[in-house]
Amino acid sequence: MEQDTIAAISTPIGEGAIAIVRLSGDEAFKIANRVFKTKELTEVDSHTIHYGNIVDPKTDELVEEVMVTVMKGPKTFTREDIIEINCHGGMVSVNRVLQLLLREGARLAEPGEFTKRAFLNGRIDLSQAEAVMDLIRAKTDRAMNVALKQMDGRLSDLIRKLRQELIETVAHVEVNIDYPEYDDVEEMTHDMLIDKANHVKKEIHKILQTAKQGKILREGIATAIIGRPNVGKSSLLNKLAHENKAIVTEIPGTTRDVIEEYVNVRGVPLRLIDTAGIRETEDIVEKIGVDRSRQALKEADLILLVLNGNEAFTKEDAALFEAAQGMDVIVLVNKTDLELNIDMDKVKKAANDAPIITTSLLEERGIDELEEAIANTFFEGELESGDLTYVSNVRHIQLLEQAESALDDALNGIEMDMPLDLVQIDITRTWELLGEIIGDNVHESLIDQLFSQFCLGK
Amino acid sequence: MYNAGQYDVIVVGAGHAGVEAGLAAAKRGAKTLMLTLNLDLIAFMPCNPSIGGPAKGVVVREIDALGGQMGKVIDKTHIQMRLLNTSKGPAVRALRAQADKVLYQQEMKRVLENQENLTLRQGMVDEVIVEDGKVKGVLTETKAAYYAPTVIVTTGTFMRGKVLIGDIEYESGPNNQRATVKLSEQLEQLGFDIVRFKTGTPPRVNSHTIDYSKTEIQPGDEEPRAFSYETTEFITDQIPCWLTYTGEFTHQIINENLTRSAMYSGAERGTGPRYCPSIEDKIVRFNDKPRHQIFLEPEGRNTDEVYVQGLSTSLPEDIQKRLLETVPGLEKAEMMRAGYAIEYDAIVPTQLWPTLETKKIEGLFTAGQINGTSGYEEAGAQGIMAGINAAAKVLDKETLILDRSQAYIGVLIDDLVTKGTNEPYRLLTSRAEYRLLLRHDNADLRLTDLGYQMGLIPEERYERFTTKKQLIEEEVKRLKSNIIKPSEDVQQLIQDLGGSPLKDGVRASDLLRRPEVKYDHIKQLIPAEATLPNDVEEQVEIIVKYEGYIEKSMQQVEKMRKMENKRIPERIDYDDVQGIATEAKEKLKRVRPLSVGQASRISGVNPSDISILLVYIEQGVRSKASNE
Ligand SMILES: Nc1nc2c(ncn2[C@@H]2O[C@H](COP(=O)(O)OP(=O)(O)OP(=O)(O)O)[C@@H](O)[C@H]2O)c(=O)[nH]1
Ligand SMILES: [Mg+2]
Repeated sequence: MEQDTIAAISTPIGEGAIAIVRLSGDEAFKIANRVFKTKELTEVDSHTIHYGNIVDPKTDELVEEVMVTVMKGPKTFTREDIIEINCHGGMVSVNRVLQLLLREGARLAEPGEFTKRAFLNGRIDLSQAEAVMDLIRAKTDRAMNVALKQMDGRLSDLIRKLRQELIETVAHVEVNIDYPEYDDVEEMTHDMLIDKANHVKKEIHKILQTAKQGKILREGIATAIIGRPNVGKSSLLNKLAHENKAIVTEIPGTTRDVIEEYVNVRGVPLRLIDTAGIRETEDIVEKIGVDRSRQALKEADLILLVLNGNEAFTKEDAALFEAAQGMDVIVLVNKTDLELNIDMDKVKKAANDAPIITTSLLEERGIDELEEAIANTFFEGELESGDLTYVSNVRHIQLLEQAESALDDALNGIEMDMPLDLVQIDITRTWELLGEIIGDNVHESLIDQLFSQFCLGK
Repeated sequence: MYNAGQYDVIVVGAGHAGVEAGLAAAKRGAKTLMLTLNLDLIAFMPCNPSIGGPAKGVVVREIDALGGQMGKVIDKTHIQMRLLNTSKGPAVRALRAQADKVLYQQEMKRVLENQENLTLRQGMVDEVIVEDGKVKGVLTETKAAYYAPTVIVTTGTFMRGKVLIGDIEYESGPNNQRATVKLSEQLEQLGFDIVRFKTGTPPRVNSHTIDYSKTEIQPGDEEPRAFSYETTEFITDQIPCWLTYTGEFTHQIINENLTRSAMYSGAERGTGPRYCPSIEDKIVRFNDKPRHQIFLEPEGRNTDEVYVQGLSTSLPEDIQKRLLETVPGLEKAEMMRAGYAIEYDAIVPTQLWPTLETKKIEGLFTAGQINGTSGYEEAGAQGIMAGINAAAKVLDKETLILDRSQAYIGVLIDDLVTKGTNEPYRLLTSRAEYRLLLRHDNADLRLTDLGYQMGLIPEERYERFTTKKQLIEEEVKRLKSNIIKPSEDVQQLIQDLGGSPLKDGVRASDLLRRPEVKYDHIKQLIPAEATLPNDVEEQVEIIVKYEGYIEKSMQQVEKMRKMENKRIPERIDYDDVQGIATEAKEKLKRVRPLSVGQASRISGVNPSDISILLVYIEQGVRSKASNE
């Protein structure tokens, strides 16, 4: 029996509302338990279903509300312990759950591996062996195709470049080891290695950041429109959507619930969230609305903070800035068709580095500038040309994350003053992990590098 | 033809592979015959007069831990010994000795002569006697037929050897010995795939004619050290080596005469090793390098010949002389022997089982340079393994296959039989994935048990070894359970070492893990009951200090072992396995891996092929079970 625990999304990838992440192996319960925060999964009966929350144990952040099916081996498909996590939130949330499980110790299943295990553990009939082999073959081919398609050429170039840097470093360390007397090769130092490791780590981190952008591209940037009542929030939603989606009136407190609308701003997909104007209120319905606004604000990727230019800057406005601190914010000073009564110095101070756009939604002024500001915030203008490298493949993300942490191990080793030939183990590991992404992992190439880079021998 | 006798094991050749093979087989109890071209050139060193170095030095210790001879002999006959990579981690330290080439041979011959069960004989083997795909013995050129169910061929670079100097070429083994032609032809006829490899040596010069004042001295270490775990007497009287460089004029002469080099005139067909390039090669490939190192290595105590390491060449003799004149210190040097390149036949090593028995001919083993390796240590390693396994076959004893986590020897043989090689194969530390486990300091801990099981380690030595092992375990345990309190003395010591003071009591082992703390300090704080031997202390320090890394390696080994333990049925028909990619299938058919682990290391075999293979094997197991 194979001992490690594997995980994969087991529903076909598509628009289906429910997606399942399946875990199989000795540690399935243990791993699931680390992220499922509602019940002790190790203590429940076999073949039962449980409702609860998946929480990232590192950040305590709520990832997803799920249903978890617990099945103890051997009465399971693979004859191993199996956990199935049903997610509702579409591909993005199911991917997040999967990634979490991989981080917590599961290994991404190879194509057809569940079936393979089912067979190896005697669950599937002998007569189906051929079918199992066909399945593995077919799935592998398809997975390769998908992975290749998903991989941007620029990404693989970048990874190749990083690998080359790493292997030159490794070859350098190796040469010091295998040819200790050759003096035309400079001795590698801890400092040189720190620089290299840090540099590659930064690059990997950047790629992983774009993974986030990949998610954004699929899901839309969660963009919360916030502001005091009656400043023009719903008007803004309508303008960006080119449609009258939200009710606009002169009465403060018109919008009482959160309204969502998908819009596309210069290629940047936004999930616009119009909220109830935030203020202290006794009205029960409005109060709930206000609470929801606060929640929306917390979960947003981008905040459009609207001010009324016709009125003075209030304490409530200041409180909004406070609430949005540390997030991506664009400030709108609206109603500039009317007399400007707001103290712009105060606005600037409150806005800190955030861009400030003056608009008149009534007269449709400033909208261009706003759109540009939105595009810039997320892609620094890159998206317009479609010039964006990003990873979306879970396997790639897992490998990148592992590579990043291997580099952390290397840096740690350096800090602990470990000999370079040990630190180098983690550098080599990074190189191998990156190699798996682009399907190149031949150890021999290290030796090739050694002899092409240095003049060695007797 | 006459019947010259019946043996269990016949070893053809008495080079570094042959001697270890013969000794191991004889020690296991097999009646062993060794045949060599020239009894005066047993364990001869045609190339560097040196043994050991990174990876290779570890191999010498591994051979020793298995009960082999190389380490013991070099310990007795070296002219200088050094521990390399002392400034680096424990995983890459290694010993290297400069050998007294003549004394080494004499000593090795003595050992062979004194070995029970072992017969030494001079003779040129022309033919392996084969019947029905099985080996039966060998036939010499003087028509003596020796019979045995196993034969180990260790003919080094002699197989159709050809020496090349400029445009001169002649059939020859190394050092003008006779080449082995008929045997090579026969192997080809038997259907073995043969490749043509080459290697080279530099000229030798007379020591009296060297101006050493223009060179830098390279002395041996002051601290006495030994390869063998049995050595108790150390050589104190050492002879230094000397370092000098090529220069502008050297490079000019080479460039002007490149077309006269055997290497560049197109005469050579063999593939040379990248790690052992000729000086022509270095100048051509790295023409921006203003100079290259040249090490002057004395060939022994009773000779004036000095080996000019770094000047390996196949240029004509007159050019070699002119080259030497351009090297500082060698301006007036008298060339005693010219350098040459040698081209030879090697068999493609994927034709071997991991026991080093050939797949084609049962009972026929090959070891050493004939298998495409280079280096005395690589040869010796294969020799001892072939000897152990040939004897096992005849005597129906346990065979021995080392895996990649057990020894460099395991890495070497696994690489050869699984991946093959397209140049003479040299061990490098980077070939080992678990090199932290394969240290020179723990070779005995890794392999003595096995050597003992094979019957190659004497009782007395084994007892000493078990005591050592026990002392190490106890001391590690003691450090892990002993708490060091932040007393004044302790804080003072830590401060003196430049570390940050203790806040609380810590385990002695945790304290030892601090970069600035050494075992000696711990010993000072909590002395052991009895003074421990140096090698025990060293071992404890390494085990504790690098525990994290060692653990990590061990986990990887565990994973590898799982696949290694999945055996592939010997009679598997890969054509019957649906779904394995064509390229993978071809490779699998050729290599015929013994385990799924080995299969996964064949280049061109992908994880999905392995998955399918697993399913196929399971299918076979189950249908067999259901038929019974
Ligand atoms: N003069 C002027 N009036 C505007 C402008 N933008 C919006 N208004 C008006 O301001 C009033 C409130 O606009 P809404 O968009 O409903 O404001 P809101 O922020 O959504 O208000 P609540 O939902 O009540 O929080 C409406 O009468 C709009 O027509 C502008 O740029 N200039
Ligand atoms: Mg509104």
